[in-house]
Amino acid sequence: MSKTLSVAAIQNGTVIDHIPAGQAFRIIYLLRLLDKHLQVTVGLNLPSKRSKLKDLMKIKNYILTKDQANEITIFAPTATINVINDFEVTEKIITTLPTSIACIFICPNPVCISRTEPVDSFFYIEEQGKQVFLSCKYCEKTVDRNEIEVRI
Amino acid sequence: MIENRLYGRDIISTRELDLSQIEQILQTTSALKAQPLPDLLKGKIIAHCFFEPSTRTRLSFETATLRLGGNVIGFSNDESLSIKKGETLYDTMQVIANYADLLIIRHRQEGAARLVADMTTKPVINAGDGANQHPTQALVDLFTIYECQNRLDGLALALVGDLKYSRTIHSFLEICTLYDIRLFLVAPDVLTLPENFCNLLKKKGVRFSFHQSLEEVVQKVDILYMTRIQQERLNEAENKKLEKQLVLTQAILANAKPNLKILHPLPRISEIDISVDHTPFAHYFEQAANGVYVRQALLALLLNKELPFMSQSS
Repeated sequence: MSKTLSVAAIQNGTVIDHIPAGQAFRIIYLLRLLDKHLQVTVGLNLPSKRSKLKDLMKIKNYILTKDQANEITIFAPTATINVINDFEVTEKIITTLPTSIACIFICPNPVCISRTEPVDSFFYIEEQGKQVFLSCKYCEKTVDRNEIEVRI
Repeated sequence: MIENRLYGRDIISTRELDLSQIEQILQTTSALKAQPLPDLLKGKIIAHCFFEPSTRTRLSFETATLRLGGNVIGFSNDESLSIKKGETLYDTMQVIANYADLLIIRHRQEGAARLVADMTTKPVINAGDGANQHPTQALVDLFTIYECQNRLDGLALALVGDLKYSRTIHSFLEICTLYDIRLFLVAPDVLTLPENFCNLLKKKGVRFSFHQSLEEVVQKVDILYMTRIQQERLNEAENKKLEKQLVLTQAILANAKPNLKILHPLPRISEIDISVDHTPFAHYFEQAANGVYVRQALLALLLNKELPFMSQSS
């Protein structure tokens, strides 16, 4: 039986695999990939041996920085991030959950001062068991990662 | 000379205060209560920026400033400010920070005090930001408990009423985690303590339990901390249902421990019957009076590298 890739291979760039299903678009906004006018191919709800369904993303001719790779773990702690050179994996980026993140998210608390004043949002990140929580530096509200909104 | 651990600092959230700083605030409050020092803020200008109404907090801060010889500038609402013309809080406070030596801010938006503290090198005190924090009230509560019970470790406290929205409770809980305090949380389901605070208590190893009535806990506690149900947070049906629930009367206190003291950050609505005022348990007006001494201590510590009684052995 012939084996066909759901998402076409890239010659050079970064492949982010094993993204929890439904999180790929948040990662696109998180990494500002649309602003960078990069060629990104995305597979959604692909079959996965690990977790039934997964998302997959291939970014052509762009290597994620270590910080960007770490930011991905907020939404996709189980993702694998591989650097591709001439169709081969040449580096597996080891990620760690960042302790804080600035500018990227919008505080979901409607009365948080960061929503109305000209300041950058800032969240402290904490892992409790398998859950990731973000705590706003300003209003101190702690929210689950699924409640957070990425600034578009 | 004892190091002043608060000099030049901000008081934004109780979660940032460590045990040694809190102990210093308690000791300084006791010292200033015993021996007034009217020149500690001489020549200093304190900006009292109250963007929303306040009675006790604003007036106690003003009294504290004046009793220490400081000068007050500020406002008690935002009606006369350029904010009404569209100026940002950031710009408004940037300007005021140039006029004053210390800024006190109360604002309806959560995180407002943090924003101001980040913007200026002058010390900033959070006098309440929305439903988030009210650190100076928490310190007033702690001092009052320490003063009336002569200890903090080993006490049993009941927190009663609105545990969901009360910023005073949220600030106070953070401090409780630093002591060996047993908590009884008495609230209707709709106003129970938010999950993140329960997680904090668990993480810090604080013993706590949930209860629905005052009768369940009154015999077991040293402090009964009552709070107002914020009617604006609930719908009419919920308010009506809660109106007579969790009302403290003299009869409920029949089996109380002799050392029990009742606290309330005030204003009270109907949660403490007026007959309780005349019992030896009522302590909320003494608590309000302590507001001035604790705020004097904070102003003195933030603006003076050394204080006269710091050279004395502790």
